[in-house]
Formats: sequence, C-alpha cells, structure tokens
Amino acid sequence: MVLDANWAVKWLTLCAQAMAEHRVELIELDRAIGDSDHGENMDRGFQAVLAKLGESTPETPGAALKMTAMTLMSKVGGAAGPLYGTAFLRAATALGDSAEIDPAAWAGALQAARDGIVARGKAESGDKTMVDAWTPAVDAARAAADGGSADVLGVLVAAAEAAEAGAVSTDPMIARKGRASYLGERSAGHRDPGAVSSALILRAAVGAAA
Amino acid sequence: MKKLINDPKSVVQEAVQGFGLAHAGLVTVSEDPTYITRKDAPVAGKVGLVSGGGSGHEPLHAGYVGRGMLDAAVPGAVFTSPTPDQILPATLAVNSGAGVVHIVKNYTGDVLNFETAAELAEAEGVNVRTVLVNDDVAVEDSLYTAGRRGVGGTVLVEKIAGAAAERGDNLDAVAAIGERVNANVRTMGVALSACTVPHAGTPSFDLAEDEIEIGIGIHGEPGRHRIPMENADSITNRLMDAVLTDLKVSSGDKVLLFVNGMGGTPLSELYIVYRRAVQVLADAGATVERSLVGNYITALEMQGCSISVLRLDDELTELWDAPVHTPALRWGV
Repeated sequence: MVLDANWAVKWLTLCAQAMAEHRVELIELDRAIGDSDHGENMDRGFQAVLAKLGESTPETPGAALKMTAMTLMSKVGGAAGPLYGTAFLRAATALGDSAEIDPAAWAGALQAARDGIVARGKAESGDKTMVDAWTPAVDAARAAADGGSADVLGVLVAAAEAAEAGAVSTDPMIARKGRASYLGERSAGHRDPGAVSSALILRAAVGAAA
Repeated sequence: MKKLINDPKSVVQEAVQGFGLAHAGLVTVSEDPTYITRKDAPVAGKVGLVSGGGSGHEPLHAGYVGRGMLDAAVPGAVFTSPTPDQILPATLAVNSGAGVVHIVKNYTGDVLNFETAAELAEAEGVNVRTVLVNDDVAVEDSLYTAGRRGVGGTVLVEKIAGAAAERGDNLDAVAAIGERVNANVRTMGVALSACTVPHAGTPSFDLAEDEIEIGIGIHGEPGRHRIPMENADSITNRLMDAVLTDLKVSSGDKVLLFVNGMGGTPLSELYIVYRRAVQVLADAGATVERSLVGNYITALEMQGCSISVLRLDDELTELWDAPVHTPALRWGV
C-alpha cells in the first residue's frame, strides 16, 4: 500500500461518509455541552469537499489536503472551520509536492496539523478539545514511525487508535476552551464532539489504505 | 418540532431573501456568499462597520444595517459563525478607504473566522480594527474559559459605534468608542425554556417545567446553574445583582437599561422585568437615563430575557440619541 493521491482522495471520500453517518451523533454530543451544530457543520463541509473532488482530481496528497483546507475554512463556520482548515493546510504544507507519503512524512504531517490547531485555538492538552485526540495521535504515529518496524498502514492505525482513545479520555475532563467552557464543571461526563470528529477523520485514513 | 419553515437546510437563505424583499429601500442582499449591506454603501469618507455571527438572533445583525448603525452584516448558519469567504467581501464592499471596524461577539468560532477575514482584508490593503464584545457576567473571565460571551451589549455597541462612524469619527476613534461601550456594559440572562435549532430538530437542552436556567447565553447553550422557577421580581433581582456587582454601579451613575427578550417572551413580561430593574437601580442610587425594551438579540423561540446595564456619559448618551434608520431600530429620522 502506498499513500498517494488516490489514497488521499479515498480518505477524504471516507471522511465525508463518516461525517454523514455520524452527523446525528455529533449533533447530540454538541447538544450536551455546546450548541448542537457540529455534526451539521462537518457534514456540510465534507460534502463540499466531495463536490470539489468531483470537479477535479488532485495530483498529489498535498494538493488534495490543501483543497480540503480551503473548502472547510469557507464552508464549515463555527470554530471547527478555521481549526480543521488550519490543520489540513499545515499538513498539506508539510507534505509539499511529494507524490507518496512514507511513515515519517505521515507523522510529520499529523504533527504540523496538531501544531496548527494549537496555534489557532490556543488550547492545551486536557482542555477537553480536539487537541486531546490529536496529541496522542501524533505521539503514537511518531513512535510507530521511529520504531521502524511499522509499515505505513501500521502508522495510520496507531494514530487512529490513539485518537479514539484520546476522544474517550475527554469524558471526565472539565472544558477550558470553546463553548463547553461556559459550563464549567457541568461539562464533565460528556465527550468532546471535536475530539470525536478528529478520531473519525484519522480512522477514515486507515479505511482508505485497507 | 413545529416551525414555519420549508426545509431546515434553507432556513437562513429563505429568511435572508424575505428580509431583502421587506427592506429593499434600506439594504442590499448578496446571496452567494451571503451578506447584507447598507443600500448606499460604501459611504464616502465614512468608516465601515461590519458585524456578523450565527443566525437565529434576529433582528441581530442584519436588522441593524442602515444609516447610523452597521454598514454590513454577515449571517452564518443557525448559531454558527459566518466564514471568511463571506466576511471578506462584506468588508471590501463597505470600505470607502477610511477603514472598517469588525464588531465581533466573543465566541471561539466568531473570533477565529473574523480574525482570518481581517488578515485577508489587511492583505488587500484595508485597515481593519476589531471590537470584541464580551459583556456576559454569567461567565467567569479566566484562563479556564473561552472568556466572557458577547450578548445584549452587542446591540448597544453597534448603535453607539455606528453613530460615531456616521458623525465622521476616524477608524481608531470609532473602535475606541465601541470598546468604551463594551467596557461599561454588563449583561445577565435567564431561560425559562430551551430553543430548537432547525437542523437539530430537538430542544438545545432539557429544562423541566418548573426549572429555569440562570446565566443563559444566546445559543441555547446551557447557563451556569439551574434553579426552581421563581416570580419575575426574584429573577430580576438575581440578574440585576450580578450585573450591578460586576459593573460596580454606584450612587449618582446614569445608565441605559436594556431588557431584551430571547424570542419567546411576551413584551408584557419584559416590562414587568423592566419595572423591577428600575427599582433595583433606584435603590442603588443610579438614574435610568435611557431605555430599550424588546426582542433585539434573540435565541430563536427561547423563553427568557437578558438585562443589560450601560453606564452612560454625555458623549455616549448623545451618540445613543443620534438618528438611526435600520429595519429594526429607527428614531430621529
């Protein structure tokens, strides 16, 4: 399996599917500690990405991610639009014009994405945000890539599993950023919707390579 | 869910179309990307004022586009901030060369999207200043939250900064007036019932028949705590206590008192709240110099209200009284 432009297109297509399938779940999670719009916004954003992919086929993974960044930035709104837009843009920049992504490049792209989210949103680990999914994913991808034993699929899987565990880890946290922070202690006991959508995106990356 | 809509996905688009038809003499509507501008924009030599945010708070913001208030409003999806691809063209459309002030309610999404749009506008040579509105005393302003939300005070910032721009103040002066209003206004809200976002289809939070939520924002997001239902005077006392303590209102202060409906509360109830709020201010030795009562910044059909108190000085009072002609606010012209 090589992570090339075809993989990237399949990844984004699976992201759109995942957002449509989990739209109601994300709305419900957001209803508990936010304002009920996350599922709707992510679904709208990735449907727009899908439409863009139908218009033209990107030549590199980086080009696909850059197109995704610009589309999410302009279609999603809320905090998620600029945050995911920045994440995809930084990942695209990290990948450059490469035709294929190796394990180290994937770990580097994830790190660039996470750093972009942190720079824009100013959230830290433990604030009950998407950062709590991204940081463990970056660490796991980096460890798998540096270990040398994992092929590229292994690195994708490591990142996705860590992101999913990271999303679950937000359950007991008290939100300190975003709209959930207004709830204070009442935000504990709910999973962060942005961490869940982040895990869905990284899981779709595995599906596209399988 | 019972709503006067055709399709949850077309709510904002169809509402904006109707708004444009109803107020064709005052505003111009751009549908794609969606934004509303003052009919005569850009006004030569005048600083442009742009605000925006999620839909569902009508008449905010589009209702305040017109002479003496906003030059452009940018509506997002319901309770979702607009995106830079809307904010940027709205900013460019109202820039006469004197620069543009963005009035932004302090929500993470609004801040990030307006910040991005301001960077893009600066890259195109437009000077942009941002006035952040964060008047909600229900939220502790600390490192542990996203900071105070922008709520009722937004209407007052838009009116008074709008008047400053209309009289010819320069970019920095208009922004400074907006910041002065924000520094002198505090707001606290209460919800008696939740609201239903059209695409979600169910109420934004669950509130029992005999419960109320104190410290509610304007997005149907839950507030600070909930308590058993009380009468209007007791609820008003709670809200006023929080507002006056935070604003440090003292004897001799002159204020503007703004009782705002959340969309599902009759005007008669708002006046009952207003009546008690005036008494509380009198007890504190403050005088109500100006008033505003009605549904000016709403949360769809939510039942409840917010109370805003703005400490006035002579200049702010003069700017409040200045002529305004918009779909939702009009006097002196």
